[in-house]
Amino acid sequence: MRFIFDKDTWQEIYGSISKNKLRTVITVIGVLWGIFVYIALSGAAKGMDNGFEKEFKDIAQNSMFVWAQRTSIPHEGYKIGRSIQLKLGDAEALENLHPDIQFIAPRNVKGVFGDEPVNVVRELKTGSYKVFGDYPVIDKIAKKKIFDKGRFLNDSDVEKERKVCVIGERVRKELFEKDENPVGQFIKLSNIYFQIVGVYKLEGDGGFEQDDSIFIPFSTFRRTYNMADNVSWFAIAAYDDADIIALEDNIKSSLKRIHQVHPDDERAFGSFNLGEAFGKIMGFSNGLNFLSLIVGIATILAGVIAIGNILLISVKERTKELGVRRALGATPSEVRGQIILESVFLTIIAGIIGIICGAGVLAIINVMTANQDTFPYTNPTVPIPFVLGALGIMVVLGTLIGLIPAQRAVSIKPIDALREE
Amino acid sequence: MIEINNLHKSYRMGSNSLHVLKGIDFNVKEGELVAIMGPSGSGKSTLLNILGMLDEADKGDYVLDNVPIKNLNETKAAQYRNKFLGFVFQSFNLINYKTAIENVALPLYYQRKGRKERTEKALNYLGKVGLAEWATHLPSELSGGQKQRVAIARALAADPKVLLADEPTGALDSKTSHEVMDIIQGINDEGKTILVVTHEEDIANMCKRIVRLKDGVIVEDVQVEQVRASQYV
Repeated sequence: MRFIFDKDTWQEIYGSISKNKLRTVITVIGVLWGIFVYIALSGAAKGMDNGFEKEFKDIAQNSMFVWAQRTSIPHEGYKIGRSIQLKLGDAEALENLHPDIQFIAPRNVKGVFGDEPVNVVRELKTGSYKVFGDYPVIDKIAKKKIFDKGRFLNDSDVEKERKVCVIGERVRKELFEKDENPVGQFIKLSNIYFQIVGVYKLEGDGGFEQDDSIFIPFSTFRRTYNMADNVSWFAIAAYDDADIIALEDNIKSSLKRIHQVHPDDERAFGSFNLGEAFGKIMGFSNGLNFLSLIVGIATILAGVIAIGNILLISVKERTKELGVRRALGATPSEVRGQIILESVFLTIIAGIIGIICGAGVLAIINVMTANQDTFPYTNPTVPIPFVLGALGIMVVLGTLIGLIPAQRAVSIKPIDALREE
Repeated sequence: MIEINNLHKSYRMGSNSLHVLKGIDFNVKEGELVAIMGPSGSGKSTLLNILGMLDEADKGDYVLDNVPIKNLNETKAAQYRNKFLGFVFQSFNLINYKTAIENVALPLYYQRKGRKERTEKALNYLGKVGLAEWATHLPSELSGGQKQRVAIARALAADPKVLLADEPTGALDSKTSHEVMDIIQGINDEGKTILVVTHEEDIANMCKRIVRLKDGVIVEDVQVEQVRASQYV
């Protein structure tokens, strides 16, 4: 131990490393490249991971949509191709049948599935936007971030069929002046005046709402557009521990029973399972993380082996020097220690430079991908324990690989070493 | 200082072994300057290697400064070499990426002497061989004679009991040979015990005693009138 902390030991190592510059540089590049690839790769993978996470942050990850289509199998006297219509009562029925359902939100919309967007007028400005009829519970499934001074729809809005609305950022931009506060003002949609109660900010869009939608209470929507009990689709969130894929099947089975559809009819109800999609994406990014770990470690290993290899050659080159050192009184353990420390020292230096380069590249990627929404990529980082772990692995490998040339160095008798010309 | 009794050494060469030393009896007192002579293959280098603890005898006793040298492991041998012996080689064996002073200081490093003391002593010994102003030069910047003088300074640096020189003038022309021998004689004058392996008569005659080896045995062991090298310089 005294040997490791001795200043002279390090001076000796520094001497032998710094006076063989080319050898040192070549040796260092191998490991440097290894750790650089590891840091850059796993940081990049983590950035993608973070990007996905941000994208889905506002949406309950265990959620799905269910909608009705046309039947494809005749059943109970109904002929094939019958249009199914979801009803408001289905929500309650489903909630009672499936305790895994945490939230269920019936939704209606104008301007999405092929029909005309709604004309909205405010003073002299007009625009066409999508209008959603919603229950406040939708906010629990797909979180809407509301700007200051506003709010989302609430239960009493629905209960009292209030003519209030929440508008998207783009709607505000197009209908209001920049410094105007839209909250409390009125807009006219489908010839009815609605008071704006909030403006939502677009973040990680998981549906078809984007930033040009207007939300009004479900009950008001029903009355305005004469929807009776019809529902366009249900947004459903399950508890975190629920099996969302099984729940999807069960809900569709229940709906088939309620709407007298053949149990094997796969076409009658459509669904999109966010939980499943999310799981796939997460699986993909986990795979990417794992891949970068494997590639990184393999590259580090290759680099360390290169160090061992070069040290082995250098030991052969230095046979005579080591023989002289031993004739002058260097003990085998001192010679061995010196070679191993050289190996470890080179590995650590290379590792630190590699980490710095890798971090630099990640910083550049971070700057380049900041403030862009098209590509899910945020904050590429490598956790410190992973960095330290990689460094640790390198030190261990450096020591182990250093043992080979070190053992070779001491296995040569000083007399043979001196004789070698 | 050195006592050797019935020393045997053989080397295995494939299936048959080569008996190099066949019972050497040999004593060296403190302050002697001994030349070991003999034709190639007579065993003189082997003897010196055994004396230098670079090689081990098969049979026989070796006592150095009242310390029996027997069954040494490498670590112990290294420590004894460092403490008791200084080496001068035919091919100088300086470490080529270290400066003259760093080379001289190396044995002191292995004695765990402090940096300041090492530099001081090394410079002192370099001065002794007349190379103080070459201290920061690399071996590649020195002539053969200068290299050997650095090697002598290095051998002296650890203040050993015995200086072992294996053909110290073998790679030098006669003028520089005499310079080197002059230095060796000077060191001997100060009381250091020195053994020189050589096959040159004039070098041997600059010692005080000549031991001749032939076929692994001592054939002659005589005291001679020392020829001072300084008269040729």
